[in-house]
Amino acid sequence: MEQPVLADHPGGLTPRRRSSWGKRLAPYLLSLPAGLWLLLLFVIPLFMMLSMSLKTCSPASGACTMTWSWGELPHVVNQYRAQFVTSLEFAAVATLIDLVISYPIAYWIAFYGGRKKNFFLIMLLVPFFVSFVIRTLVWQFILSDNGFFIGFLQNHHLVSQNFHVLGTGFAVIAGLAYNYLPFTALPLYVALERIDRRVLDAAYDLYANRRNAFLRVIVPLSIPGVFAAFLLTFIPAFGDYVNQEILGGTANTMIGTVIQDLFLATSDYAGGASLSIVLLLISLVGIWFYARVLGSRSIEEYL
Amino acid sequence: MVGHGYIQSVTNQAAQAVSESKVSGSAPDRRAIVQIQGVSKLFDDSVAVNNLTLDIYEGEFFSLLGPSGCGKTTTLRMLGGFEEPTSGRILLGGKDVTYLAPYHRDVNTVFQSYALFPHLNIFENVAFGLRRRHIAKSDVARRVGEILEIVDLPGFEKRRASQLSGGQQQRVALARALINEPTLLLLDEPMSALDAKLRHQMQIELKRIQTQVGITFLYVTHDQEEAMTMSDRLAVMRHGVIEGIGSPKDIYDSPTTEFVATFLGASNLLEGQVTESTEATTTVRVAGGAVITLPTERLPRGLSGSPVKVGVRPEKISLIASGVEVGRRNSLRGRVLVSTFTGVGNQYIIELPDETRITVYAQNIGDDTAPRSGEEAILAWPVEHTFAVVPMAGASIEAESES
Repeated sequence: MEQPVLADHPGGLTPRRRSSWGKRLAPYLLSLPAGLWLLLLFVIPLFMMLSMSLKTCSPASGACTMTWSWGELPHVVNQYRAQFVTSLEFAAVATLIDLVISYPIAYWIAFYGGRKKNFFLIMLLVPFFVSFVIRTLVWQFILSDNGFFIGFLQNHHLVSQNFHVLGTGFAVIAGLAYNYLPFTALPLYVALERIDRRVLDAAYDLYANRRNAFLRVIVPLSIPGVFAAFLLTFIPAFGDYVNQEILGGTANTMIGTVIQDLFLATSDYAGGASLSIVLLLISLVGIWFYARVLGSRSIEEYL
Repeated sequence: MVGHGYIQSVTNQAAQAVSESKVSGSAPDRRAIVQIQGVSKLFDDSVAVNNLTLDIYEGEFFSLLGPSGCGKTTTLRMLGGFEEPTSGRILLGGKDVTYLAPYHRDVNTVFQSYALFPHLNIFENVAFGLRRRHIAKSDVARRVGEILEIVDLPGFEKRRASQLSGGQQQRVALARALINEPTLLLLDEPMSALDAKLRHQMQIELKRIQTQVGITFLYVTHDQEEAMTMSDRLAVMRHGVIEGIGSPKDIYDSPTTEFVATFLGASNLLEGQVTESTEATTTVRVAGGAVITLPTERLPRGLSGSPVKVGVRPEKISLIASGVEVGRRNSLRGRVLVSTFTGVGNQYIIELPDETRITVYAQNIGDDTAPRSGEEAILAWPVEHTFAVVPMAGASIEAESES
């Protein structure tokens, strides 16, 4: 028979001794599902990718054999240098645009949102409840040569008749900037929201006018958020291929598109895997730099 | 419209008693550096500060004392420029600053949580105000060095606020405000985060610094001991109104309202009715039938006919053996209910025949005649240590004193 246990006195009637084994194993058992998840869906694929980049594949049959050849990495970097540069440019410009757009929005919500802060945040996120691909397809519609936006400009003779956006780098950047906006806005919001208002009072008290208080206190204190926003936007934008596929046409190929092509079109698994590893390394360098400058604790807090 | 009439109408009897009271705050021949004139502050529909008028003199250490929600912090924030009064005026050095932004007034603040800039080192924290006013670089370095010397933190320039203890952070906050040599320094419960021992040390230190720099301090606190230790004058606030103002000794010895008498130290209060009042003395018949005499100057004006409470501080009462000459003292007869030895003395609770309880502190000076529980005792205290206060209407004091 189970002994009755009082709610406010757990185990109070008969002090039941929990097995010391169970106590010691509990944290491991609790972390098992997450651990398995990471192992199956992250660690194993990562090593598969690593090993694949060391194989050599025959372009004809697509069959790959392990040759421990490290040459593939510098080879693909050289071969796709132009696409790397394009990706870097597009991702950097898109991230910059996002930072410029998001900072005032995040600032306004954090400082003037009042009780409706959560409502405004949701409003910011609502468009992103729609699938990534569909959103990008809508941009294709908006930016298309005969679409209402370009068409409107053309009808009012604001741009020439052969002006177009779709199929250019601008369209890709616009798509990237649009799709990754929340990844910029949310970390900025978190950083601005947690600035102690009393510290701001102190700045005003010490003769800082609004401009000075903003530049000397709010901006420096939001720097961790700016860095986090940069990483969260730049890294996925750098490897993105959907925007380029849908909005960029055949020119302006980004590295994500190259990887996709290598895997799906030309079956060059070694090349694709090597490029993916390079991409991963670039991301790691960014995160490492962040940790060096701002400390690993702020990674936990913002990323 | 949040009308003026509303504020006027809630002005209570206590406030009137104070404004007419004999404790006028013994104004010395000094210049009023801060003049608060009929200031009220309403939040939504609650009155935080109610028609407050107060002068603070140049160079004095002034405290606003009261339980949380009494309006003391709102008053401080209006002086700092962080809140705008709903009505009334604030003058600083004779100049109207009522609606001036904080960065345009010659006032600096030590915040409750210190509010140091986490992204700046101690040097830059302290130099912040000087830099905003474009003081020459060489002067900044010299003055930061000097002020860190004064607050006893030399050599801390390169550290971050997060590397300092609470007491050190408080000194930095103080240095950061004092370095600007403001007309008025505001201190918003700066000791509340310190432990008792450090707090005591800092009280002495703060008083020393204030004397050294000669700047006017307005200190806001709910801790009556803190206020009494440091202040030249203090005001006790309740419900947005000042209920008593004066030197710590004046207020302690001669409180005017029941709230002041019990918030600032302990008091024994007996309900009664004034029976006779001459120029020198007044007699009050208390509930148990005894007659208590007090100096007329300690009777708040306008109370001659109405019910009052007469009071005496516990340490002013002696327990005397029967047969000893009472003389020109008030006396009551009672029975010892509880006797507690506290080291420095004995605390007695004496029950009067009508079940009123009186607290008595007797110093431990080697007197072996201390009565024990259950014994009869005669309480006696000098007439000049007796006071009368306005009885408090409504809520219990205990509930309000919690802060």
